[in-house]
Amino acid sequence: MADPILALRGVDKSFGPVQVLHGVDFELCPGEIHALIGENGAGKSTTMKIIAGYYDATAGETLWQGKPISFQSSDDAEALGIVMIHQEFNLAEHLGVDQNVFLGRELKRGWRLDHKAMRARTSELLERLECNVDPSAQVSQISVPSKQMVEIAKALSRDLRVLIMDEPTAVLTERDCEILFRQIERLRDEGVALLYTSHKLSEVKRVCDRVTVLRDGAMVRSEMVADISEDEMAAAMVGRELSDLYPAKAVPQNEVMLEVEGLSVPGLIEDASLTLRRGEVLGIGGLVGSGRTELAEAIAGLRPRTGEVRLMGEELPAGEVRTAMERGLVYLTEDRKNAGLLLDKGARENLTLALLDRFGKVLIDRKAEEAALDRAIEEFAIRIPERGMPVGNLSGGNQQKLLLAKTLLSEPQVILIDEPTRGIDIGTKQQIYGLISRLAAEGHAIIVISSEMPELIGIVSRALVMHDGRVVGALEGDDVNEGSIVRLAMGLGETSKEAVA
Amino acid sequence: MTMATASKTNSQGAGRKINLQVIGPVVALIALILIGMALNSNFLSYANITNVLARSAFIGIIAVGMTFVITAGGLDLSVGSMAAFVAGLMILTMNTLTESMGVTLPVILLGVALALAAGLIAGIINGVLITRVGIEAFIVTLGTMGIYRSLITWLADGGTLSLGFEMRELYRPVYYGGIAGISWPIIAFAVVAIIGEIVMRHTAFGRHCAAIGSNERVARYSSIAVLKVRLATYALLGLLVGFAVVMYVPRLGSASASTGLLWELEAIAAVIIGGTLLKGGFGRVWGTVVGVLILSLIGNILNLTDFVSPYLNGAIQGAVIILAVVMQRKSASDR
Repeated sequence: MADPILALRGVDKSFGPVQVLHGVDFELCPGEIHALIGENGAGKSTTMKIIAGYYDATAGETLWQGKPISFQSSDDAEALGIVMIHQEFNLAEHLGVDQNVFLGRELKRGWRLDHKAMRARTSELLERLECNVDPSAQVSQISVPSKQMVEIAKALSRDLRVLIMDEPTAVLTERDCEILFRQIERLRDEGVALLYTSHKLSEVKRVCDRVTVLRDGAMVRSEMVADISEDEMAAAMVGRELSDLYPAKAVPQNEVMLEVEGLSVPGLIEDASLTLRRGEVLGIGGLVGSGRTELAEAIAGLRPRTGEVRLMGEELPAGEVRTAMERGLVYLTEDRKNAGLLLDKGARENLTLALLDRFGKVLIDRKAEEAALDRAIEEFAIRIPERGMPVGNLSGGNQQKLLLAKTLLSEPQVILIDEPTRGIDIGTKQQIYGLISRLAAEGHAIIVISSEMPELIGIVSRALVMHDGRVVGALEGDDVNEGSIVRLAMGLGETSKEAVA
Repeated sequence: MTMATASKTNSQGAGRKINLQVIGPVVALIALILIGMALNSNFLSYANITNVLARSAFIGIIAVGMTFVITAGGLDLSVGSMAAFVAGLMILTMNTLTESMGVTLPVILLGVALALAAGLIAGIINGVLITRVGIEAFIVTLGTMGIYRSLITWLADGGTLSLGFEMRELYRPVYYGGIAGISWPIIAFAVVAIIGEIVMRHTAFGRHCAAIGSNERVARYSSIAVLKVRLATYALLGLLVGFAVVMYVPRLGSASASTGLLWELEAIAAVIIGGTLLKGGFGRVWGTVVGVLILSLIGNILNLTDFVSPYLNGAIQGAVIILAVVMQRKSASDR
């Protein structure tokens, strides 16, 4: 194998009094796809940010082609061809694709911008990535996978040596992931060193050459992927053998909790119907953009809709979130950073935000709030290092658990959960699956929307599949399998209409 | 590049810096008081302190309302013109009523009721245009600012509207009187500020304002009635403008095209100096009070000393405002 292009030697990193990395040794070689895996809070992001020049290491050194180097800022790293693509894209939404690709390094002719050359270069780069986005399109108008391609094109527009990607596949559907993998494999063959994180071990197994496992800020294993099984990776991450990831499925009762009939949202959803029983976990599958989220939001009153929604036999008015919550139906958003939590506020403010009227009539009873937070921390095993800290600084898994606590605070009967485990580690996933199954066993009715097939198959007793704004099929029991879900999600054939209703 | 530097500062000792940020405006206020004491022995005299506080009461009362508007992610540029217009309306009405009802207390009470109602309605108009029609707060209030300013000029026919002399004598104590040596405007400002602080920190309304300013989408998904809360902030501000006018009219007994000029900017400046984020999401009423005091003390100190020309008042206030925002920027990246 080639010599490492970049290496960390005994790197420590502390944030104030908290040490998050302990003597990390790490090597990245050209022409290799290297996966960095670990639970949330294990130090993956910190490690990547040290490599990309966003953080300074507290101790230890960074070697570039064997020589010690220190970066003043990420600009220094980028000058060497080390580029990091963040989970939240760094794109100017209102600028064009070409303008974004050359942002900060615009091509000029004399003192004027050379629009033509930039557009031509961009379209060349996008072509190389098999991405058919129009270089003049505004970034806010293009899809999430396309945005990712634009980020990669932006990286490619410099002399790219090391590409670091923070959970690139978390926001992609399986099909878009395939395109991404083809691209990163091509980059590997061109000699680029690729480092990426993912919570999907099957993906790591398939795509990567080498895998490094972090646990509690220390490197616990680094192996060629061929020499380690998925189970061994998971065990190395959590430090113990994982028993079965999915709990036993709850058995639905007869009582109908939620009935949706002929629900439509103009331009997004057409004539969707479903029935949800007490104790049932109903899945909704389909591609991103197939209307799953919009359907749930319309039911919960977050979108205007037509059609009928009956909650425990009573008609639920459209567009009234508050009423839905008061009557026992809540929606947990897939977008916890932009729609779920106030990232700059503490856990207490976030937990009680939707239910302040329960905490004191005129003045807010802060003691009661603190007590509620205590209970939530215990019940949901949320780890909060410092009580008052902004929740934006919590790890993804803890944010998700806090969001669950917040959503469930009103003690709802019907719970719509959109992407319950997006971007969180396997240990937390297991906890959340356990929670969902417990809620169902206690008599709640739950809808789970998910892009992750194994998850959908693992926890639901029945699944609806959406395609292009319509419910195109219902699967039950053993029929809930990857093949049938994908077939329906891609719009290939519908199951019998009776099953849908 | 800015991202990189921001991330780096992020890692070190955020806790202590925030503390310094919190007390920053207070330190500035204390420094100003010490400077004032050093430069002029009359600075701490009862007369001077009363004068400074009473004059800052109008801006102060308005700034408390402005704190809620800004915390919820809004802005109101119209408050100065609105104050002038409401004052003009109040004076015209009271003069007309005096003709039929004589120089009596009910005329004052009706005038006060009218001022409060007019302020409330003006605030609601701003709020409805912003939340229901969906126009940017900046544009709406820039528009209403021009409208009210022009209306008061028109009402006064380019000159000054004055309260009848006898009526002025009857109404005068509301500004110049007081209890236990504390004048009414100071008491009114203190009461508004204390209630404002409690509402901001300890009620659902205050929490909802901060949530909306922090992230409107999260607030909406948390079943907060976003539009209603935002409308309420403008209505509250309008009501407080009316209340400020009630305290202002007895001071001079008149209103003209130059009444309340630049009040909106002083109120916004006080809010920002006090540590409320201009982009919303975090606000504190006590900070606003400190901001109001800082701004009026600067003017007062310049008037009392020949050190710097009082004509430079605006320049120094401007520098303080910019400095406050620079400090705020630093603290934002700390978090």
